[in-house]
Amino acid sequence: MAGVAGMAEATLAAHELTRRFGGLVAVDRVSLELKGAEIHALIGPNGAGKSTLINLLSGGLSPTSGSISFRGAPVPHARPEQMARLGVGRTFQQSNVFMELSAFENCRLAAQARLPRAWAVYERAIDCRASTDAAASALRSVGLDARADIPAGVLAHGERRALEIAMCLATDPGVLLLDEPLAGMGLEESQRVLELLRTLRPQHAILLVEHDMDAVFAIADVITVMADGAVLASGSPAIVRANSAVREAYLGDVV
Amino acid sequence: MDLPIFLIQVLNSVQYGLLLFLVASGLTLIFGIMGVVNLAHGSFYMLGAYTAFTLSSLTGNLFTAIALGVVLAVAFGYVLEWVFFSFLYRRDHLQQVLLTYGLILVFEEIRSLTVGDDVHGVSVPASLSASLPLGSTMSYPIYNLFISVACLVVATLLFLLLRKTRLGMMIRAGASNREMVRSLGIDIDFLFRVVFALGVALAAFAGMIAAPASSVYPGMGNQVLIICFVVVVIGGIGSVTGALVAALLIGFIDTFGKVFLPDYSGILVYLLMAVILVWRPEGLFRENAV
Amino acid sequence: MRRVLLAIALLALAILPLVAGKFYVDLFAKIMIMAVFAMSLDLLVGVTGLVSLGHAAFFGLASYMVVLAAPDKYAAVSLWTSLPIAIAASALLAFVIGALALRTRGVYFIMVTLAFSQMVYFVFHDTKIAGGSDGAYIYVKPQANVGAWSPFDLGNGTHFYYAMLALLVLTFALLRLLLASRFGHALRGIRSNEQRMRALGFNTYAYKLAAFTVAGAIAGAAGYFAAVQFGVVNPEMASWHQSANVLLMVILGGVGNLLGAVVGAFALVLAQDFFSSLTKHWLLPMGAFVIIAVMLLPGGLIGAWQALRGGRSGHG
Repeated sequence: MAGVAGMAEATLAAHELTRRFGGLVAVDRVSLELKGAEIHALIGPNGAGKSTLINLLSGGLSPTSGSISFRGAPVPHARPEQMARLGVGRTFQQSNVFMELSAFENCRLAAQARLPRAWAVYERAIDCRASTDAAASALRSVGLDARADIPAGVLAHGERRALEIAMCLATDPGVLLLDEPLAGMGLEESQRVLELLRTLRPQHAILLVEHDMDAVFAIADVITVMADGAVLASGSPAIVRANSAVREAYLGDVV
Repeated sequence: MDLPIFLIQVLNSVQYGLLLFLVASGLTLIFGIMGVVNLAHGSFYMLGAYTAFTLSSLTGNLFTAIALGVVLAVAFGYVLEWVFFSFLYRRDHLQQVLLTYGLILVFEEIRSLTVGDDVHGVSVPASLSASLPLGSTMSYPIYNLFISVACLVVATLLFLLLRKTRLGMMIRAGASNREMVRSLGIDIDFLFRVVFALGVALAAFAGMIAAPASSVYPGMGNQVLIICFVVVVIGGIGSVTGALVAALLIGFIDTFGKVFLPDYSGILVYLLMAVILVWRPEGLFRENAV
Repeated sequence: MRRVLLAIALLALAILPLVAGKFYVDLFAKIMIMAVFAMSLDLLVGVTGLVSLGHAAFFGLASYMVVLAAPDKYAAVSLWTSLPIAIAASALLAFVIGALALRTRGVYFIMVTLAFSQMVYFVFHDTKIAGGSDGAYIYVKPQANVGAWSPFDLGNGTHFYYAMLALLVLTFALLRLLLASRFGHALRGIRSNEQRMRALGFNTYAYKLAAFTVAGAIAGAAGYFAAVQFGVVNPEMASWHQSANVLLMVILGGVGNLLGAVVGAFALVLAQDFFSSLTKHWLLPMGAFVIIAVMLLPGGLIGAWQALRGGRSGHG
């Protein structure tokens, strides 16, 4: 289930992945590898195709051409349920939670997804220790345990972003695809999430889409830069920082 | 099956299909543009037929009755949207279903109170009462041909409206993307009212011209409604082209079905729908093909 | 407070045959059958978020099975074999229809369920299976005999009433169990946000199909006993008016609340009884009642009750 530290083989990889919407090429022959024990950051201007790439990798969209492979084996026609079962967890850019349910139930449902014997209707859901323990632990790791019983729709925006991450964690994924998890969070919350990612790194392959450059350069092992659907550059933070095309197109004077 | 009989069945298929298309096009536009499930749509067909009956008895002339009837239908549709349907847009589908179901009951009883529950006939106008000979023994009523021709004319006008006018462009845009139309600053309320009135008028007109050929009876609205739902499912919600193709398809299957498998003809349409569902769940033409 | 009210209601239902006349005993037995029917639909509409306008197909099929499962018209069938057969038939039909209909969503789903139930209606109406449009009589009611012992007689109004009360309580308890289970929680998740459920790894199609089948089976149980009580089966039991009727009960009582379905059944049947006794044209006030009730009470009667209690006691 969880990625093993130090393995050379990519846990999740995209090969020449392309996605068109009519005449628009949202993702243009993108190849990318997510390896275990690595935080791979994906940066680029708005509209670069980052969210579309995450949708493709998580099975939410089907590619126009190109392929996805999981631990070396191709996954053709991937559907969201399939990728989730392989252990690919994702968060959404716009918080996509169960608004009427409590934060706890949100995480508990997420954890339930991976459990067997769904047909055991004589057991109560709240007695299912596997799901309730996972939920409690996930909420604790993002600092939401005090707000467990609050309906997700009532939570503050930053709390809902944290809930997104907690739900993803509750499924115990091997690969995490995080779409702007820090957006809308305050400084303290952001630091907590970054610390969380550091503790998760040894056992997981993580893709992090973010606009916060300080956070990205502080935590990433590999950075890929996208613009207009295509990969502009990819490599260690130092290499990317020095790349003139990247500096011109995106980083400007920020670095 | 010899040629004259075959020809008659083909003409019947086309007539039924075109009538269905008129009613279903309104349904698909109303759902496609306004997102409202309207169970009462069949009632407009029924009300059109009873209006034709009442007005032609009063004026003695079917054509006058139809002309008046269409004007009344447009006005009725406009007012109904304003007074009732505009409250439905914010409601969820479940509530829309039940509210429009309640409307069916109200319409049925109002008709019952004003005109009664009897089955009526409407006389075919003298100018169209001849029959066209087909072969040596069969003939086809000219009025039935008139129905098909009238439907074709209306269908053509509808397509011209949708494709060649500014209003039509707004309607087509609204069918595929309501939010965009709103954000372009177009008067949505007016657009909705026009579309709704158009839908009512189409269904009522179909009821009016069909009346002389198929008799006027209380349950006619409900029967046509469900078949129209099948037309919309098969054709694709919001697609007028899809409604035309699906309606003609159903016209043929139903008519020829009655000839070859009379006991099971009622079921054939639904079997067709089942087949389409296995193959293309969103319908033959998706939303953007208006 | 709620438990007290429930206990009182249950007690009232239990003693009704002792204090009321045959008319009311029969009426309330009918209401309880409709309440079971409504609860099964609420599993779809209120819990899973599937608005089905064709639920009467399963109700109707099971009622026809009372006639069709008998070797000949005058034979006495055993309740203990014909009821399971009827329920199984409804479950199978629900599985098949669900497998196809669940390939669609939203309004398409509503229209497709309506269309499939019309198909069932036409099978009974147009073909010669059990009497066509006239329907068929049930000359001999199913027997509850087990060997030589006869625990109760379905032909006896009071026995039948208590059997229906038992059915109501049993169904309610079973559905409560289902809703508290992981399966039930998953259904609620699907209603809340199906896309997210899929992204988490749930095979939502399978869950929806399971719910659809279970709901069809329970509707079958209701249809079976409706036929037994009525003594006649006709195609109208599978008509879309019947489907709209039961949908109305669900929304009238309060969507998503099992008790709401029961309350809705009581309210609607009693309203229909009241209006039809007023005038021949009772569909007019009935239609107006439907419109007003849905407009003004989006949360149904249970929702209105909760709002009333919440407001009065000052809690949110």
